Amino acid sequence: MTKKWAAVAVVAALAAGLAASAEAKTLRMSVAGDASTMDPHANNAGNTTLILKQIYEPLIDRNQKLEKVPGLALEWSNPEPNTWRFKLRQGVKFHDGSPFTADDVVFSITRALAPTSDFKLYVNGIKEAKKVDDFTVDLITTAPNPIVPDGLPRVHIMSKAWAEKNSVQQPQNFRQKEETFAVRNANGTGPFSLRSREPDSKTVLARNTAWWGWSQQGAGNLTEIVFTPINNDATRFSALMSGEIDFVLDPPVQNLEALKRNPKIKVLEGPENRTLYLAMDQKRDELLYSNVKGKNPFKDVRVRQAVYHAIDAEAIKTRVMRGQSVPTGSMWTQFVNGYSEGNDKRLPLDRDKAKKLLAEAGYPDGFEVTFDCPNNRYINDEQICIAIAGMLAQVGIKATVAAQPFTQFLPKVQRTETSFYLLAWGVPTFDALYTLQALIRSKGEGADGSFNYGNFSNAKIDALIDGVKSELDLNKRRNMMIEALKLHNDEVGNIPIHHQMIPWAMASNVFAHHQAENQLDAKWVKVD
Amino acid sequence: MIAYIVQRFLQSVLVMAAVGFVAFSLFAYVGDPITIMLGQDYNETERARLAAQLGLDRPFYVQFFKFAVNAMQGDFGISYRLARPVSAVIRERLPATLELSLVAAILALAVGLPMGVYTGLRRDSWLSRVFLTVSLIGVSLPTFLIGILLILVFAVILGWLPSFGRGQTVMLGWWSTGFLTASGLKALILPSITLCLFQLTLILRLVRSEMLEVLRTDYIKFARARGLRDRAVHFRHALRNTLVPVITIAGLQLGAIIAFAIITETVFQWPGMGLLFIQSVSATDIPVMAAYLCLISFVFVVINFIVDLLYYVVDPRLRIDRGAVGGHG
Repeated sequence: MTKKWAAVAVVAALAAGLAASAEAKTLRMSVAGDASTMDPHANNAGNTTLILKQIYEPLIDRNQKLEKVPGLALEWSNPEPNTWRFKLRQGVKFHDGSPFTADDVVFSITRALAPTSDFKLYVNGIKEAKKVDDFTVDLITTAPNPIVPDGLPRVHIMSKAWAEKNSVQQPQNFRQKEETFAVRNANGTGPFSLRSREPDSKTVLARNTAWWGWSQQGAGNLTEIVFTPINNDATRFSALMSGEIDFVLDPPVQNLEALKRNPKIKVLEGPENRTLYLAMDQKRDELLYSNVKGKNPFKDVRVRQAVYHAIDAEAIKTRVMRGQSVPTGSMWTQFVNGYSEGNDKRLPLDRDKAKKLLAEAGYPDGFEVTFDCPNNRYINDEQICIAIAGMLAQVGIKATVAAQPFTQFLPKVQRTETSFYLLAWGVPTFDALYTLQALIRSKGEGADGSFNYGNFSNAKIDALIDGVKSELDLNKRRNMMIEALKLHNDEVGNIPIHHQMIPWAMASNVFAHHQAENQLDAKWVKVD
Repeated sequence: MIAYIVQRFLQSVLVMAAVGFVAFSLFAYVGDPITIMLGQDYNETERARLAAQLGLDRPFYVQFFKFAVNAMQGDFGISYRLARPVSAVIRERLPATLELSLVAAILALAVGLPMGVYTGLRRDSWLSRVFLTVSLIGVSLPTFLIGILLILVFAVILGWLPSFGRGQTVMLGWWSTGFLTASGLKALILPSITLCLFQLTLILRLVRSEMLEVLRTDYIKFARARGLRDRAVHFRHALRNTLVPVITIAGLQLGAIIAFAIITETVFQWPGMGLLFIQSVSATDIPVMAAYLCLISFVFVVINFIVDLLYYVVDPRLRIDRGAVGGHG
């Protein structure tokens, strides 16, 4: 089986080589970690998506401005409240040569809905997929749902026949003691096909010359991508400096200056679609980790405001992040539907006001609290926490930073064994409901309050969020989300800090488009 | 004889069991693999379902017992991170580590031994002083720093050698080797130098001090008195007698080289078991971590066992007085 695939890949590669006027355009790229699987619906993690999105395609894609554009579906509409209809692209072939039809879409959506799927959130609210004819598919929702198209760019379409032949009808399951065929093999419709894969050391993708999109304006010229994960920061940096690697998605922040000084290397910078924020335990009657007994200072909005007023996000930007952050008052970035400039205003830095608010709340001498913080998840996360603790100390709040690896930090926070913590939240759906539901709504069913570990709760905001879920008028819906965030900001439910900037570094002959999802789209990449 | 071997063997088994237990219980505190596997969006029922699938909801001793029984059959379960059987993953990574360790060990012996002899014989020459000073650096600089410095000089500044990876490999059955291609051999140079430096220094200093000691003994004086040439005295009489402890130490150090390869492999992105271990730690991939620790301790135990048996062959005193055995190994 593998041999046959190798043969197909080689033929495709040869064809690709000829098409590109016999000149190979190889991109050798690196990030810190490898994809964990080639199964398109098993692992929703950045490193996995980075490779899979070059091989597989979604029904609806996102262009360089992150707008929704036709992928495998040419057009989509909402003819009835509970039905979304998709007209499919015709003449598309999978890498093994088999034709793409409605059966594959029905199969893939159903697979993404399976219990072992890691992509359920992107097909949230879809009850089933139905074939209308060979090139028309209906997605039936449980309730009217205006944002079905927004999740679909993350749902890759795979071949039904291929999956059945190789018995991978379900996303890979950790109960199985055997490796499934889809872990190291792939068969998509996308611009690149998988030529070879050695997990953790080398993955080679070859140009799929039959891809429908190569004639589009701005399409890239790569014939091959060699993907080599390099864990060690210094080694990854050295490999780029010595010219053994052309592109690094996550150059070490401490080496950015050296990279910028090197004329053979260029650095692209842009904000990531992710927001760092502080959360506080607002439910317990007495904080778990504080010297205040018998009451919970964070229940008092004046204390939360005081913390906010004490934080100098500009100083964090200049001193800790070396300019690589966008201080914000919003819980999501400007890329997200539901963003408004009005909500992006921070409470100003005002230490006197912070002290006054603390005194009014009954803590003239401040109080002590433990500040939980990850130390290997976000750019400079531990240093940010230390800086914040220093700022809080100036108004009398003694925050003791408890920095820990993310794999220990997150379970602790998820057990709500925390009084005060730093976390970051991205919005893969580009719709603010994702954040409102997970971080701001009170704990409830499913995604409601699923990451609201501070247990912020406000009935009026909850009602607004629940209204957003079923509101079909997109304008009205957006205004409801803006209103909900405004109420949240007035109540200081969480304290946003900044959106982190993510730099990409590449050889000067590589032309790529920076993207807020921190995913390289190789189909747009050109190498001179 | 039989009793001695049985006793040694039982001790080895006990050590393995203890290592297995410590490894397994440590991992109960390194973090929560489920958090890593589920990603950001999930609910409590999903969490419970996965915990039950992986057997993580069962009491600790049940988990350990199951682990021990499977491990004895070479089954370490399935990697949480790679979704493949641990034994297959380790078998894939083993050749890279063994080839690197072997080259490093040979390099350490082939360079350390002559340097040790030379510094022992010509104690006051300037070259000996250079060797000893350099060897001091070899002992005191941490491995990762040496690796990074080598990369900086030979990959970034000079551009002669690759900074990462194994180059092109060739498959001989399931064994992937880098010995048969030019890029594979080139890729070996920097990591093997980095890895061997510490052992090289150790061997150099050991040979030197043994040589100095042997040269002071009566039979060397007697050999000189017999009018033998320096060459014969130094190499036939002196060096031979220094080799017994050197070979013992070098053998034991082979285990250390394989274990120390973790750092070298991380620095050079060498796709061996050490790198696998580090990657598994960051993903809380318990089955791989446990398998790696057990494998490494198994290597140590086996080497120690063999060394103990060799002592028995070499040292006739052990055959009479078993009580003295406790001091070794």
